[in-house]
Amino acid sequence: MTEDEVTLVVKDILQTVAPDEDVSALDPKVRLREQIDLDSMDFLDIVMELRKLYGVHVPEEDYKELATLEGCVRYLHPMLAGKTLRSPANV
Amino acid sequence: MPYDAIVIGAGMSGLGAALRLALHGRRVVLLEKHELWGGLNSFYTLGGRRFDVGLHALTNFVRSGTDAARGAPLTRLLRALRIRHEELRLGEQSGSEIAFPGARLAFTNDPAVLEAEVARIFPGERDGFAALASWVRAFEPREDRTGGPSARAVLERHLHEPLLREMLLLPLLFYGSARADDTDEQTFAILFRALFLEGLCRPEGGIRTLLNLLVKRARQAGVELRLSAGVRRVLVAGGAAHGVELENGEVLEAPVVLSSAGAVETLALAGRATERSSEGRLSFLESIWVLDRPAHALGHRAATLFFSLEERAIYRRPSGLIDARAGVLSSADNFAHLEPRREGELRVSVLANHTLWKALAPEEYAAAKERAADEAAAAAVPFTVDFRPHRVFRDVFTPATIERFTGHRGGAVYGSPEKHLDGRCGIDGLVLIGTDQGYLGVIGALISGVTMANRHVLARSEALRS
Repeated sequence: MTEDEVTLVVKDILQTVAPDEDVSALDPKVRLREQIDLDSMDFLDIVMELRKLYGVHVPEEDYKELATLEGCVRYLHPMLAGKTLRSPANV
Repeated sequence: MPYDAIVIGAGMSGLGAALRLALHGRRVVLLEKHELWGGLNSFYTLGGRRFDVGLHALTNFVRSGTDAARGAPLTRLLRALRIRHEELRLGEQSGSEIAFPGARLAFTNDPAVLEAEVARIFPGERDGFAALASWVRAFEPREDRTGGPSARAVLERHLHEPLLREMLLLPLLFYGSARADDTDEQTFAILFRALFLEGLCRPEGGIRTLLNLLVKRARQAGVELRLSAGVRRVLVAGGAAHGVELENGEVLEAPVVLSSAGAVETLALAGRATERSSEGRLSFLESIWVLDRPAHALGHRAATLFFSLEERAIYRRPSGLIDARAGVLSSADNFAHLEPRREGELRVSVLANHTLWKALAPEEYAAAKERAADEAAAAAVPFTVDFRPHRVFRDVFTPATIERFTGHRGGAVYGSPEKHLDGRCGIDGLVLIGTDQGYLGVIGALISGVTMANRHVLARSEALRS
């Protein structure tokens, strides 16, 4: 998976977890918490979707790596290597 | 094959919990003893008309995408259930009123309106009211906070005028207090925010719009919804719940059982006796008047009108069948909806005494119901227009009706005055959700289900996996 695809993965998941937010215009360097008001439960949802869709496990001590969109891509890129893009199972 | 969780009761809290768990890939069975979902907030058809049960409006309204929506309870709830705001098709109230002898206060979904009303009618209380509103905005609800100072104490701390204190208290009590004449500080703060700082709305089409959406999503997410599936026992071994036995004898196994049946009722299912004193005692008589035209066409423009014939807010179990000295008039007509309403609807709710209603002989019951509904309407009419000549149909329900359809003992719609904010009831793996957990109203009940599912199932196992 390319970095652009990983960005798409993260945005898709953010849209699933926060359906009322506009994720298309997210600033990659600004904390997600500030842009779309995520709380710790929402991070749990993001991690859960990553596991459900890609079998990726993010340990709790690594949640801080997911603070920004850029951080998410940097952290997840190696973990998603060789996997194909899936659309989130948003019911 | 065992489930990850069993949820008892397909009311708001049960649907919220089951959907939340299923979205996280849990195997969930949702058990409802009736043929229809909804619990305390269900719907029915009578005389060819559709009616909603339960409170008439949703609280906690915030417009999507506004600053007020950020971090608001409704926003958090919708996100947890992956529902978009617009799917609920919420129509805002036109406005509401609190009417006491000699004073009326209007409020809308814009908190500035109530602030201006208070300043106009009680000029000396302008600053006190602003300070009270700021205190509410800053209040952080906590699951480990029970009891605490009373709502009356909070009001006295900020406001000098007894009449204003009573006027602000009455709607909050009617909207969700399980305690007579008062409530605790936390419930007060939650309700004040829900009603006065955020506001009222109604889904287009009524409660079934919301319920049908929740049921559809729950099924799509994999929830196994079983109707006419009453629970006979919660199975407990070694101090921990491990499943349920249904009324038909079938046994279902799961490491967690979330129950919306009520605290006393749930413990009874688990074979634990409790003191009767922890049962709720507050119930209502509600009459739904179908009118020959929308209420606003008659000059009744309030979505909700809280009325009191006394200067003190009276909210307790009456000594007679009902107490019509205070009540709530609500009209589905006074919300912004797209579909035109040909007929009107007005509901009158007053407190009622469950024991006395249950003690009536069957031949007395129907006539008593009609008399009580007439008495409640007669008390309410002086505060608005006389809608009675425009009646085309009326349905009345009593505490006995509420008990029969919801299973809540005593018809106690707000449950026991003892809340279990952390969901614990003394048996491992058995979690209380809904009314007796403590968050009240439609939005509160959904939040209850979601929060307890997060706390007792998801947070725990997510931590274990990582």
